[in-house]
Amino acid sequence: MSSETGVEAAAATRRRTPSLRMSTGRAGDKIFVSAARGSGLTVLAIMAAIAVFLVWKAIPALQDNKANFLTAEEWNPNAVPPRFGIAQLAFGTIVSSLLAMLIATPVAVGIALFISFYSSRKLASVLGYVVDLLAAVPSIVYGLWGLIFLSKHMEGISKFLNSVLGWIPLFGGDSPGKNSIFTAGVVLAIMILPIISSITREVFLQVPRANVEAALALGATRWEMIRLSVLPYGRSGMIGASMLGLGRAMGETIAVAMVLTFVPGINVHILENGGSTFASNIANSFSEASETGRGALIASGLVLFVITLLVNMAARAVVARRKEFV
Amino acid sequence: MAKRIEVSGLHAYYGGVHAIEDISMTVEPRSVTAFIGPSGCGKSTFLRTLNRMHEVIPGARVEGKVMLDDEDLYASSVDPVAVRRVVGMVFQRPNPFPTMSIYDNVAAGLKLNGVRRKSQLDEIVESSLQGANLWNEVKDRLGKPGAGLSGGQQQRLCIARAIAVQPQVLLMDEPCSALDPISTLAIEDLIGKLKSQYTIVIVTHNMQQAARVSDRTAFFNIAGTGKPGKLIEIDDTSKIFTNPEQKATEDYITGRFG
Repeated sequence: MSSETGVEAAAATRRRTPSLRMSTGRAGDKIFVSAARGSGLTVLAIMAAIAVFLVWKAIPALQDNKANFLTAEEWNPNAVPPRFGIAQLAFGTIVSSLLAMLIATPVAVGIALFISFYSSRKLASVLGYVVDLLAAVPSIVYGLWGLIFLSKHMEGISKFLNSVLGWIPLFGGDSPGKNSIFTAGVVLAIMILPIISSITREVFLQVPRANVEAALALGATRWEMIRLSVLPYGRSGMIGASMLGLGRAMGETIAVAMVLTFVPGINVHILENGGSTFASNIANSFSEASETGRGALIASGLVLFVITLLVNMAARAVVARRKEFV
Repeated sequence: MAKRIEVSGLHAYYGGVHAIEDISMTVEPRSVTAFIGPSGCGKSTFLRTLNRMHEVIPGARVEGKVMLDDEDLYASSVDPVAVRRVVGMVFQRPNPFPTMSIYDNVAAGLKLNGVRRKSQLDEIVESSLQGANLWNEVKDRLGKPGAGLSGGQQQRLCIARAIAVQPQVLLMDEPCSALDPISTLAIEDLIGKLKSQYTIVIVTHNMQQAARVSDRTAFFNIAGTGKPGKLIEIDDTSKIFTNPEQKATEDYITGRFG
């Protein structure tokens, strides 16, 4: 409005003069504005309430803790005196989720590319539907499937990886098993596949026709067209999608709790049985926890909350980084 | 470089829709041929059959023959990708690759053709940008995104990208319709310069433009909505604009068209 000249302002005032006493906002507008504002504020209020609740419940347990909360590997909050730390949980959560993201992202992008650019229209709609259905399978079902079916078959794969890549500490160890962080990572990968793939597909659908034709008219093959036009355009979307998948994997509870066998202490050999994540630990120990035990679990939940927040912020930072190239 | 195009009995379809009907014409090398006609008459569709871009639209197909010198573009042994490497195209809206720098935009087609050596790339990028009358404006910012240029500069960038691979033919689909008069003039000058090396076909809605830039002009028309587009006549531009054979052509160029 600063560019308005005096004459225009005067004209505007003249026009408005007769209606100065009239209400400008209709009732519907007012109701809609307050409803929308209320919904927006509710989200903030809920977030704040969760954070306050977690901190408030966690503080007494943290004060009683005789071990270092951030670096200790043991989890004995019900002992006297209570000793617990999140090192093992953080390790299990981060490694299994990263593993899931690393496995799921290339597969999901492949699915999205196939559906968007290679398959026939009929097959594309069927495939897209089936992939989306994967997201609708309850996580308890994934847990059962992982425990009863997948883990059996993972044993052979784990042994193979151990014998071939055993020189890498992550794949080292003497007794590769089936209830390992690795198996949990594979189950998680399948669980986060649909979200990554469907977001990536959405992004691919938005690639401007002009960019696609630009590449084709230069004599690009389909794959070259994808490399020239689709992947650069969709890069930030793909990163965002995989980060969202990572966030999901970190919070996933029941499937991981069912797959993993609890063995105390950090074990960097992810092919061996054992491991624990924030969420699976809470699910496994909450019901028989003492007052301090619950506080300790809530404190670990708070840490998960913060990590997920950081992951999401990092995803946004990555997406925002390529501002110059629109 | 610069080959003759001979089209005979060409039909194009979008699914069940018959878009253009029975077109035959010859496009001479080292000359500019303009396609004019009302919207929806099939000029752009026909242009896109000349480098097999028509068929990238799902359900679209072509019947007939397009000879580039003595090779049929629609022979079963011909790969459409190879066709597009010898018949370049510039679109209505400038469409540089948005995530690429100016340099990479021009080099994109070269890289597809396997040119990898930096010195060779540098050389061709410079000569293509000079060929597109853009070099002096961008030589200090080759690493900047192509999408940051003005519309007219982007269109010249697209022309540089198309001529970098040294095509035989250059197709232009209303290349100035999204540009201001100054940029339009720049592109028209460029077309005049490029015709010494390339066979150029340009679709335009602007009859003054057709008269200014082209040696030969083809007039397309449709009998009515839903009917296929047809070639009414093709002749020297001076003849089409002064003394056309067909009444429909005369009506169109004099503005008496219904």
